[in-house]
Amino acid sequence: MTDLTRLTLAQARDGLKAKEFTSVELTQAHVDAVARAKSLNAYIVETPEKALDMAKASDAKLAKGEGGALEGLPLGIKDLYCTEGVQTTAASHILEGFIPQYESTVTSNLWRDGAVMLGKLNLDEFAMGSSNETSYFGPVVSPWRRKNSDAKIVPGGSSGGSSAAVAAHLCLGATATDTGGSIRQPAAFTGTVGIKPTYGRCSRWGIVAFASSLDQAGPIARTVRDAAIMLRSMAGHDVKDTTSVDAPVPDYEQAIGASVKGKVIGIPREYRLDGMSPEIAALWDQGVAWLKAAGAEIREISLPHTKHALPAYYIVAPAEASSNLARYDGIRYGLRKTGKDIVDLYEKTRAEGFGKEVRRRIMIGTYVLSAGYYDAYYLRAQKIRTLIKRDFDLAYESGVDAILTPATPSPAFAQGEKGSADPVEMYLNDVFTVTVNMAGLPGLVVPAGLSSDGLPLGLQLIGRPFEEETLFSLGEAIEQAAPKIVLPEPWWG
Amino acid sequence: MSVDLATVRRIAHLSRISVSEDEAPHLQNELNAILGFVEELNSVDVTGVEPMTSVLPMRMKKRVDEITDGYIQQKVLANAPAREDGFFVVPKVIE
Repeated sequence: MTDLTRLTLAQARDGLKAKEFTSVELTQAHVDAVARAKSLNAYIVETPEKALDMAKASDAKLAKGEGGALEGLPLGIKDLYCTEGVQTTAASHILEGFIPQYESTVTSNLWRDGAVMLGKLNLDEFAMGSSNETSYFGPVVSPWRRKNSDAKIVPGGSSGGSSAAVAAHLCLGATATDTGGSIRQPAAFTGTVGIKPTYGRCSRWGIVAFASSLDQAGPIARTVRDAAIMLRSMAGHDVKDTTSVDAPVPDYEQAIGASVKGKVIGIPREYRLDGMSPEIAALWDQGVAWLKAAGAEIREISLPHTKHALPAYYIVAPAEASSNLARYDGIRYGLRKTGKDIVDLYEKTRAEGFGKEVRRRIMIGTYVLSAGYYDAYYLRAQKIRTLIKRDFDLAYESGVDAILTPATPSPAFAQGEKGSADPVEMYLNDVFTVTVNMAGLPGLVVPAGLSSDGLPLGLQLIGRPFEEETLFSLGEAIEQAAPKIVLPEPWWG
Repeated sequence: MSVDLATVRRIAHLSRISVSEDEAPHLQNELNAILGFVEELNSVDVTGVEPMTSVLPMRMKKRVDEITDGYIQQKVLANAPAREDGFFVVPKVIE
């Protein structure tokens, strides 16, 4: 039998239906791959027994010709999603040992449709980071390597465990979350596909909150089709999240292979940054050429407020984080350090429980929300969001169907290479992705080529609100046109 | 705008995060780097612009106001670092 971890999620689904193999066999192959790949540090918790139990239950259903859209398919779950009875940490010391008594809505939807859980995937602490170096449980290593080098490459962040596990075939697909680029940047860094759907498409209930007006769940997978299959199961209205949208969930897989002839693709001139690497500029031009060849019409557009998105994000996100993370007080769950009184207990618990980047962002957020500064910072940033969104609205009103941009300003870097002296250096990774969160729009990243040193590069498609289907059609057109990029031989075991 | 050391200590206290004497100057530099980075937003004219509230204009759907759970004391307490007789235990707060 061929190695079952080499299959795409869609191939595995079809193979199970055709009874070519069982879910137990498929799951065991992935459990073994996960066990061999400890050097990547992609999983914080592995749940092989649970996985095999779920696989057995799926096999029973499949044998009767029953089962949901994801029946018997083993997935990895970002450790930001609460999973009943399985430790959930947000990669933070402050939540070490936390066992949720409930299941997040998105993961409930996956289990409803028959998916199998392999374990909980590593991430940047509280999803704050762009390289997965801020995890309390250690950095994740990308399965990718530079040509002629064994330097440890970052898998992107915050969903670095998700992207590394998907790229290294340690699951068929993974859940992820995206507040400023945390699905799309790791997907770009690892040659995988990631979609941040429109804000409100997936329920945020049971996902550890970072910045509530920006956070959105989505999948990372190895193909556009696989991402479409996963998103259909993840999405949907939920009474427990008032920001989730009560609109039917389309069968996104139907959008795969649909013609993109006549679609109007906007190319925003403000994304052509001063000093953009020639390699990234060439990749972008190549993407334009591919879509043109597929019949799309290319149009230059202007999104004039683009350059304000990243600074405005670094007000909105820390402000909301400082409020959301106030709940970690050492009383109800998680770490507790004793103090001479209750305030001392709080201060010691939070100083020890939160890592450096999280403490920094809570403090920035506290400052911009403190008396006298709210209007100057948070309120101003929310108004700038309106301007950013208006830029997109005008482009869409003029007939643009989707916007094509690079996903990241550079390929993945090595551990320790960025942000150690100046936090802003790391923040600049999200320059192309963060506008999408600020405007609440859907964004899809697809692999498009390799850098000169042999690392993956991605392109991003930004869509109209709730028109993820257009992104899947266009994304697949790029996927078909792009050269197939090949991962190095599995050096990780 | 930049923050001085006294402000760093005040923010730390408001955040309920203890900061050591050694750490404070580093934090001051980092916070000032971030505040410097966001300073350019002052150049944007936001006169008459409403703050963003939603991606598409829509009414927030409200759920029915009804009791949906209860009697889950053990679940609520299950992860508490200190509990006793069905209560969370905290240091004495009232003399």
